[in-house]
Amino acid sequence: MNLFLQQVINGLNVGSIYALIAIGYTMVYGIIKLINFAHGEIMMFGAYFAFIAATSFQMPVWAVLLLSMTIMAIIGVAIEFVAYRPLRNAPRLSALITAIGVSLFLQNLALIIFKPEPKVMPKIFPEMIIKIGSIEISSTTLITIGLSLVFMVLLDLYIRKTKQGRAMRAVSEDKDAAILMGVNVNRTISLTFALGSALGALGGVLYSVAYIQVYPTMGVMPGLKAFIAAVLGGIGIVPGAMLGGFIIGMVETLTKAYLSTTWADAIVFGILIIVLLFKPTGILGKNTREKV
Amino acid sequence: MLKVKDLNVHYGKIHAIKGVSFEVNEGEIVTLIGANGAGKTTILQTISGLLKPTEGVITFNGENVNKMPAHQIPVMGIAHVPEGRRIFADMTVYENLIMGAYIRNDKEQIDEDMEKIFLNFPRLKERIKQIAGTLSGGEQQMLAMGRALMTRPKLILLDEPSMGLAPLLVDEIFNMIQTVNDAGTTVLLVEQNANKALHIANRAYVLETGLIKLSGSARDLLVNPEVQQAYLGG
Repeated sequence: MNLFLQQVINGLNVGSIYALIAIGYTMVYGIIKLINFAHGEIMMFGAYFAFIAATSFQMPVWAVLLLSMTIMAIIGVAIEFVAYRPLRNAPRLSALITAIGVSLFLQNLALIIFKPEPKVMPKIFPEMIIKIGSIEISSTTLITIGLSLVFMVLLDLYIRKTKQGRAMRAVSEDKDAAILMGVNVNRTISLTFALGSALGALGGVLYSVAYIQVYPTMGVMPGLKAFIAAVLGGIGIVPGAMLGGFIIGMVETLTKAYLSTTWADAIVFGILIIVLLFKPTGILGKNTREKV
Repeated sequence: MLKVKDLNVHYGKIHAIKGVSFEVNEGEIVTLIGANGAGKTTILQTISGLLKPTEGVITFNGENVNKMPAHQIPVMGIAHVPEGRRIFADMTVYENLIMGAYIRNDKEQIDEDMEKIFLNFPRLKERIKQIAGTLSGGEQQMLAMGRALMTRPKLILLDEPSMGLAPLLVDEIFNMIQTVNDAGTTVLLVEQNANKALHIANRAYVLETGLIKLSGSARDLLVNPEVQQAYLGG
């Protein structure tokens, strides 16, 4: 039982990181119907910037997070502007291929700048072991889950309650109708990339802290898993991405603990196949109605 | 108020609007009538900036609007109730109306305007927290009009407001258009229901395959044999 609870906490830990990354996929898909395959690399660069801030500049943890998230928000907006905006009215496949291109470009850029050898991510959070009954939880785990939840709640409130959040929903539902309300669609799309990339960067920092490593291809696997999480929850639906992230994290952790470490990834990717076969709109997705 | 001059619009190689000129004066209800595919919707979409003309000039109170980014046109005072209503189906009735006030920051007057809209459309008030996609067709049309009125327009463009509605509701919507006009908003109405449109309008233009075929006062066109034959089932 204790082992099980311990694993559930591990699952929440990984799941909260996947959820943060999945939000970026789902927000971008929601607004421009593009799977931004470069999102894993956003996460990776976010981790590198945090690494540099924490080691070379010895910044305090809040500054590390703020810096990484701000820089990646700007880079995310720049990627949309340079790579995706010119293809806004092109066939969707062109944009998708471009996204894969951006992903490869960023990976190789990181290889050149940071070299392939993994770097050791310092422990940026205060380190303690907290005992609840006979379960031991590290403070880093608690902080990871807590920070993720705080940012997800803030994002959810922002999207549901603010004027800009409403404009984002309006653009994702009907661009032309949003324009008729006076919404600047380009600016709203930029904002979406900024928010998604900032959360992706946070996910990257938390991921690198959890696995104590930073390396140029570190975004690939968590990126793919977060993408599956977004599809599982219902792509385009923000709460769906959060839910999907936690489910994927939990499934992965429990599989590793009770079934087999080698099979864990296969099972996670199997979920994608099952979702696509039986409920392609995802858990929270509605069946798309034909518009009359 | 609104002047459209030598308007030409292309969809790729298709020449949809072939040199159309017309104007709408302040306080009027002007209607564009014509069959499906005549170009009525295209003209409205070009006025509100969703389509860019290949040639021609659109001025609103003397300002050239066809060079403006589309999202600035509502700020000029032009609201567009699009064909098929295009409400935000996943949002509540309240959120749809508040989206209409996106370009405004005058909180108190926004609340006032919303109350006015609820006076005209009491059914929207009953359903204020409901998801807009679950409303009936008539209610959605009212919401679309309410949303457009929330921008505080000087000119409202209405694209087929009666489409797909039961006859009783059609009457209600047309009464609403009259009320909106009486309150001082100029109306440019596109309709396939030519009979209804000509009864409410001051002036009308008859559009045929991208060209203006006839124009005149609505009263004259109602008794024009050509119009009767082609559009009034006479």
